[in-house]
Amino acid sequence: MKSKRFEVLANRPVNQDGYVKEWPEVGLIAMNSPFDPTPSIKIENGRVTELDGKCRADFDMLDTFIADHAIRLENAEKAMALDSLEIARKIVDINVSRKEILDITLSITPAKLTEVVGKMTIVEIMMGMSKMRARLMPANQCHVTNVKDNPVQIAADAAEAGVRGFAEMETTVGIARYAPFNAIAIMVGAQVGRPGVMTQCALEEATELMLGMRGFTTYAETISVYGTEPVFMDGDDTPYSKAFLASCYASRGLKMRFTSGTGSEVQMGYAEGKSMLYLEARCLAITKGAGVQGTQNGSVSCVGVPAGVPGGIRAIAAENLIAMLLDLESTTSNDQTFTHSDLRRVARSVPQFFSGTDYICSGYSATPNYDNMFAGSNWDAEDYDDWNIIQRDMKIDGGLQPVREEDVLKARNKAARALQGLFRELGLPPITDAEVEAATYANGSNDMPDRNVNEDLKAIEDMMARNVTGVDFVKALDKAGFPDVANNIYNMLRQKVAGDYLHTASIFGDNFHVLSAVNAPNDYHGPMTGYQISEERWKQLSDIPNAIRPEDI
Amino acid sequence: MTFDEKTLRSVIAEVIKEMTSQPASAASAPAAAAPAPATLPAAGKMTLTEQGDAPKGVAPDEVVIGLAPAFGIYQTETIIHQPHDKVLREIIAGIEEEGLKWRVVRVYRTSDVSFIAHDAAEYSGSGIGIGIQSKGTTVIHQKDLPPLSNLELFSQAPLIEMDTFRQIGKNAAKYAKGEAPTPVPVRNDQMARPTYQAIAALLHIKETEHVDNDKRPQAVAVSFK
Repeated sequence: MKSKRFEVLANRPVNQDGYVKEWPEVGLIAMNSPFDPTPSIKIENGRVTELDGKCRADFDMLDTFIADHAIRLENAEKAMALDSLEIARKIVDINVSRKEILDITLSITPAKLTEVVGKMTIVEIMMGMSKMRARLMPANQCHVTNVKDNPVQIAADAAEAGVRGFAEMETTVGIARYAPFNAIAIMVGAQVGRPGVMTQCALEEATELMLGMRGFTTYAETISVYGTEPVFMDGDDTPYSKAFLASCYASRGLKMRFTSGTGSEVQMGYAEGKSMLYLEARCLAITKGAGVQGTQNGSVSCVGVPAGVPGGIRAIAAENLIAMLLDLESTTSNDQTFTHSDLRRVARSVPQFFSGTDYICSGYSATPNYDNMFAGSNWDAEDYDDWNIIQRDMKIDGGLQPVREEDVLKARNKAARALQGLFRELGLPPITDAEVEAATYANGSNDMPDRNVNEDLKAIEDMMARNVTGVDFVKALDKAGFPDVANNIYNMLRQKVAGDYLHTASIFGDNFHVLSAVNAPNDYHGPMTGYQISEERWKQLSDIPNAIRPEDI
Repeated sequence: MTFDEKTLRSVIAEVIKEMTSQPASAASAPAAAAPAPATLPAAGKMTLTEQGDAPKGVAPDEVVIGLAPAFGIYQTETIIHQPHDKVLREIIAGIEEEGLKWRVVRVYRTSDVSFIAHDAAEYSGSGIGIGIQSKGTTVIHQKDLPPLSNLELFSQAPLIEMDTFRQIGKNAAKYAKGEAPTPVPVRNDQMARPTYQAIAALLHIKETEHVDNDKRPQAVAVSFK
């Protein structure tokens, strides 16, 4: 006889997820592996001669890069001599300032950082996040993609996402050659929704850089680093080549961050028998050593790997905290499906959502998940009201706000029409009024008419050969009767000359005013300090249209 | 890449001539001679025989299929249990339906599907290659593209069914003929990762165990039983 209870349980969504048992010898373990190195440092004549139990002669290229560039040596021996438990306790002690913590954590090695966060419970990790996040106020990022690469829909979804509050937006492609259209569409849509939203298009790295340089995007994030040498080499890369790529972006005034996450090395078969978290700590040290302002981390697209082993979701929160301990902008994933269970997916986001991070999701799918070309996000457009109501329940600011349908429809329609005008002025395949109408009211690409893909791809090839740049979009929008949208894009291009948004953890407030860790640093040190939700903001967060007003009864 | 019409006509004429004069269109694969059967035998098996370093191709009418290190030997089915022999047959059938030749090589230096596909493209006389991992992840590549770019990428192995493999073969052949085919529709299921990613990691670890950095792509003779 089979138990009816067990039959019900077996059919629950949580049991459709894939789980595996730990295999520490190949690195299939989230954190606290018996094979992780013991923290150590030796400095002779201002040069690191031993790092985490390895002497310089045995360094691989990651060790060399980290030893030479990632650790502040003046204070290193003293900081390394501190007990890891003591450092962990300081992190949760409100009487120890963020700056005092950084003086320690910027001077310790990857193995030490791993050991410190390994002493913390999930709640202590969250307390650490509240204090160590770089920017005062949290923010959020979204994905805007669709399975047809339909640019009109991208523009409309981006406009809606702008109205809803996202500070950054990321697109990518189903078909690589569609990238320029997707990049234009998300930029136009974002600047219709809310002036000052940064946009990017995740692609193969050379193409991504080229689009940034030509003014199709305003930031980049998919510059991946890895925690072992063979995985780097599988991508034909080194920490040095990645650092060079980072400086290419900086040279053109483009904001950028690296990306990494637990599970990537074991997913690619080269974890060298180390825990996922230790390898991620190496990635973050490389990010710091390259002089990059921030990171997108939190397992990201490998989330199914740590989520499949014990303690994996804790490890993901721990890796976010390590990024913050290195004074990096922390853009904390929550951007990929990893479970069939609604309970599990909320629990996975609690640490970043409730503590607040520089970008809680990276990103939240601004479309239904069937259109999410990053293989699905942990949160999608159909969860908008859940997110808003959780903010209202907990009195937290997750970067979004409730919206009115008429405002959203207005923004979607304007974005679609602006893109229609831009396409016309640039001689691209026409966007019909029927497409504009469909994009205005669509939930996803199932509601959109098909475009002639080959015609679009041909037009893209031709447009790129004509050396079209961001300036041409400004001119085209102005000519097409959208001077305000043209002005917003012009202002975003100007930011690359000013460069203020290259500072750590930047977002744009009103009137293209940059808020970053420089002019809006996190100063949390206990209750009633740090970011406080203003009365005005609380009204915005709590005012949901479907709440009954007592005076109406 | 472009072909002028004249070149294209001569290539097609040559292909048709070969197909009518001799059944075997792929010299290195004697047993895979007949045009693709409409239906595949239910429980096919195959033998993959390595024949030393693969030569770089010169025939403009070939597509090279690059196999990952463990494909068909240490692993014999994709992540959704599609037998490798059937997968390979479908890809080959797709290429043959377009009247082109095919060759199979095994790439040892990496288990990364983009690089496998790019290596295949570099060894292909047409400059078009297909790379496939044991778990089923597949890329269509062109030799002049950066390795981590691609013509078409099928990144979600659990969603690649048999008919998709045939379409991948067909499209690769069309690129080789200088056509601009409509890309094979990419399927998207956000619930593939929760079910499969941890298992995919295990499969990939076991693929990567067979990587040999010092070994060049090997020519592979394929015979189906």
